[in-house]
Amino acid sequence: MASTKKSLDEMQYILATDVGSTTTKARFFYKTEGEWRFLVAGEAPTTVEAPFEDVTMGVQNAVREVEEFIDHKILASDGSGIVVPYDGNIGVDLYVTTSSAGGGLQMMVAGLIKTMTAESANRAALGAGAIVMDVIAQDDGRKVFQKIQRIRSLRPDMILLAGGTDGGATARVIEIVELIKAAEPKPRLGAIYKLPIVYAGNKDMRPKVQELMGEDFALDMVDNIRPVLELENTEPARRAVHELFMEHVMSHAPGYSKLMKWTDVGIMPTPAGEGIAMQLIASSFKENVLGVGLGGATTNIYSVMDDRFVRSVSANLGMSYSVTNVMKEAGIENIMRWLPFDLDEEDVSSRLMNKMIRPTTIPQTLEDLIVEHSVAREALRLGLVHHRTIATRLKGIQVERDIASMFEQQLEETYIKMMDIDIFAGTGGLLSHAPRRIQSMFILTDAWQPEGVTKMFQDSVFMMPHLGVLSTVYRDAAWSIFDKDCLVRLGTCIAPRGTIAGDVKARTRGAPVMTVELTLPSGEKLKEELKFGEVRRIGLPEGSEAKAVIQPAKHFDVGKGDGHVVETTIMGGEAGVLIDARGRPLHLPEEVDMRRRLLLEWFKALHLYPEEELEEII
Amino acid sequence: MTSNRSEGKTSSEAHAYTPGLKVKRSIMVQKTRRLPIQGKVLVDVGDEVEHNTIVAQASISGDPQIVKASSIMGVDAIDLSRYMLKKEGDEVREGENIAYYSALFGLIKKQVTSPIDGFIESVSEITGQIILRGAPVPINLNAYISGKVVEVMPGEGITIETPAALIQGIFGIGGESHGKIRVAVDSPEDELNEKHIHAEDRDAILVGGSLVTLDALRKASEVGVSCIMVGGVRHTDIIQFTGEEIGVAITGHEDVGLTLIVTEGFGRLTMSQRTFDLLKKFEGQLASVNGATQIRAGVLRPEIIIPHDEGQGQEEVGELTLGMVPGTPVRIIRQPHFGTIGKVSSLPVELQQLKSESYVRVLNVALDDGTIVTVPRANVEIIEI
Repeated sequence: MASTKKSLDEMQYILATDVGSTTTKARFFYKTEGEWRFLVAGEAPTTVEAPFEDVTMGVQNAVREVEEFIDHKILASDGSGIVVPYDGNIGVDLYVTTSSAGGGLQMMVAGLIKTMTAESANRAALGAGAIVMDVIAQDDGRKVFQKIQRIRSLRPDMILLAGGTDGGATARVIEIVELIKAAEPKPRLGAIYKLPIVYAGNKDMRPKVQELMGEDFALDMVDNIRPVLELENTEPARRAVHELFMEHVMSHAPGYSKLMKWTDVGIMPTPAGEGIAMQLIASSFKENVLGVGLGGATTNIYSVMDDRFVRSVSANLGMSYSVTNVMKEAGIENIMRWLPFDLDEEDVSSRLMNKMIRPTTIPQTLEDLIVEHSVAREALRLGLVHHRTIATRLKGIQVERDIASMFEQQLEETYIKMMDIDIFAGTGGLLSHAPRRIQSMFILTDAWQPEGVTKMFQDSVFMMPHLGVLSTVYRDAAWSIFDKDCLVRLGTCIAPRGTIAGDVKARTRGAPVMTVELTLPSGEKLKEELKFGEVRRIGLPEGSEAKAVIQPAKHFDVGKGDGHVVETTIMGGEAGVLIDARGRPLHLPEEVDMRRRLLLEWFKALHLYPEEELEEII
Repeated sequence: MTSNRSEGKTSSEAHAYTPGLKVKRSIMVQKTRRLPIQGKVLVDVGDEVEHNTIVAQASISGDPQIVKASSIMGVDAIDLSRYMLKKEGDEVREGENIAYYSALFGLIKKQVTSPIDGFIESVSEITGQIILRGAPVPINLNAYISGKVVEVMPGEGITIETPAALIQGIFGIGGESHGKIRVAVDSPEDELNEKHIHAEDRDAILVGGSLVTLDALRKASEVGVSCIMVGGVRHTDIIQFTGEEIGVAITGHEDVGLTLIVTEGFGRLTMSQRTFDLLKKFEGQLASVNGATQIRAGVLRPEIIIPHDEGQGQEEVGELTLGMVPGTPVRIIRQPHFGTIGKVSSLPVELQQLKSESYVRVLNVALDDGTIVTVPRANVEIIEI
């Protein structure tokens, strides 16, 4: 653990910042009546680019805004920065920060076999908070000269190199080393320093790797990422990536050497902080979590399944800078399928293009808001598709298959199963700025299609990265703030898995899907019977719980098998309980008018948008 | 100490959006030209350069070629050096034998030839590979604009300065180019279509009005027009013209035969009168253009730079520098009044609820027809008329 200037018990004030690509966000925390709480936020433009080229200016401006809101000085009067520790008049007891300015941590990853060591190295780099620019492997389908050209055109901050099990492949590992050395990759932030490389491959090859790469690169050797095929050991590589990020990358970014002196612990890439926050939710609730950071430029998805943490980053799926890429990847028809009204395709695409070139504009009309919410559903859906390709079982090992699984065509690659996920957690501007909380909840539900009983959270003010990095030093304080001031309980979604063939007809016939009996905190009992295609919302305030008995129909499953009853406790929230009998997988009718009618029905049933305004635009 | 969370939440919404797009008649423009790797600067401080003057040079080491020599000859990797005809550092020509193996009194012969002109960089006894390196590739960096060299960064590049008119667009495609300006339409509302483009427009910078059609883009490319500057373009036309969908706003690398600079946005949008008038004023003059756009961190906007001596680069005080006050001309940049121009009528302090139900800072804008509309502050940009 990092050394702090005051013991944890003595601390009264903590400052955390996130130096984002456009905005630097400061969050001020304080201890009151023995409890850590969030007090105030300050924000200012990031100053990594010319003419400033010094991130500490943006940090000081954001902190100054914090100072203006509260009667508490944090910055030294001589301009030397943040005063640590608090001396009775001025300063804070702990200062931590994350950073994604200047494009964050951009890495290239290499391994021997695409689906084995290269895949493990990819997961390790992503887990460390990197944007992975490319994954090079011997069997990646490219010719040697194509790989060389690709490596030469990339200017990564760092390379993570894996290959071979310990005692396994030798010559082929060195082939990859020779390939990289021959390509002479150059670091992004200038040619004056050596490009950092983390070698996490066959340990027997270390002397040879040292001989080939030691002179031209800043080489670090760590334990093998796949010491044996059956084991993936990403932690040493992830730690080395963080250390080299500080030592070689951050120290060359404008102003960071100064900022590094102010902080009590190493500067962490923003997604790494966010990932730790997601792990904090999983460990505190002891449940499986699927989380998302839906940003303007990128979508980060995190899963913590039975303690296994995986992050994926879709670098070009986002709600402002990358909004048109969502349109490109998803197809405009998939965005438009979520609209309950008629809009011209050219009109929608122009709106999104204009949002991309003027990314800070906000929806003024309800119509525009619904268009953005439709894009968000597709960004989240595509992000999850991508995440599932990263969150996979280890390949290259023998899998025991029982008789039942023998009949399946193929062994499923991903272990992300909606029925196994207990919690959804979301962060990012679109979710936190949604005028009604039910909007965030329904967007997540439509995009990810939870199954069974799923709790839903989102952050109140953007501070998951801040609390993630804080938790590495002071877990209790971080969780206290997280629990009380950051995590908004949206509520719980109850959604059975299963569907009815010829769904539209069955729906009109009113095929029953489930009965939910709720015992509210007041003792009042509610019985809800849902037919196929219906959604319903029950108010259950934040901080309260209800007992639920869920009886699914014959071909529907809420966690204990088809037709089996589930008795559980349901968490309340600002949006309440969402009961979703639309079936899984969720099918939207192809026929346009029917689809729009159905969407409108759902929107009205949930009070998703103001009804009068909605009627006006239909 | 008092808690003030709500103010913390809304502080970021208090800023008006001003992309800071410059439309300057006379300004001192500085351009830094930097080599991608260390090299040699060819000019000195005080030198006058033209847009096509080579100001710095570097060379990138040649492309490597990897030859799996031991498997070609069927020998063990560890024995490879025994069969090498050339050693590390030796120069080789394409087709030249670099390794040779013979067995059974010459009945079995296998040879390895060099695939390139270059030299032997390394011979590996672990992998059995020979790595060859091609001749260095020169990089020539031109000045891009004409002007005077005011700074030299040894080994890295230079800064050039010139008095000029500078107009930035909101979005562009295609890289650096150069040409004489011709205003091809009568007014900023006019559409630029293929009838406006003639064979004599080769290498010209053509100025259109509210929209450039797909046919016009195609004809311009055929004729060899250097650049088109226009108020708006249809998204679908860009896809058809470039052959690809624009995903993220990082452009400049497109190879479509011309540079396109869009000054207002996507769709049919009248070019701002000030931009149009300025381009008209400098019709016939040589200018440098660049369509490269990057909207994320490190904002880069497409630009046209027209070097001239009028005003000696004395910068005018524009509306932008005064901030937003009643009377400031603004353009609304989002629905429901997208593209409309008006003047700030008032700036209420209180947050107001929009039809989308969000609470935000707003401003009231008086439109040309006298109506007053309320819009979020984030949804306007200050313009210079």
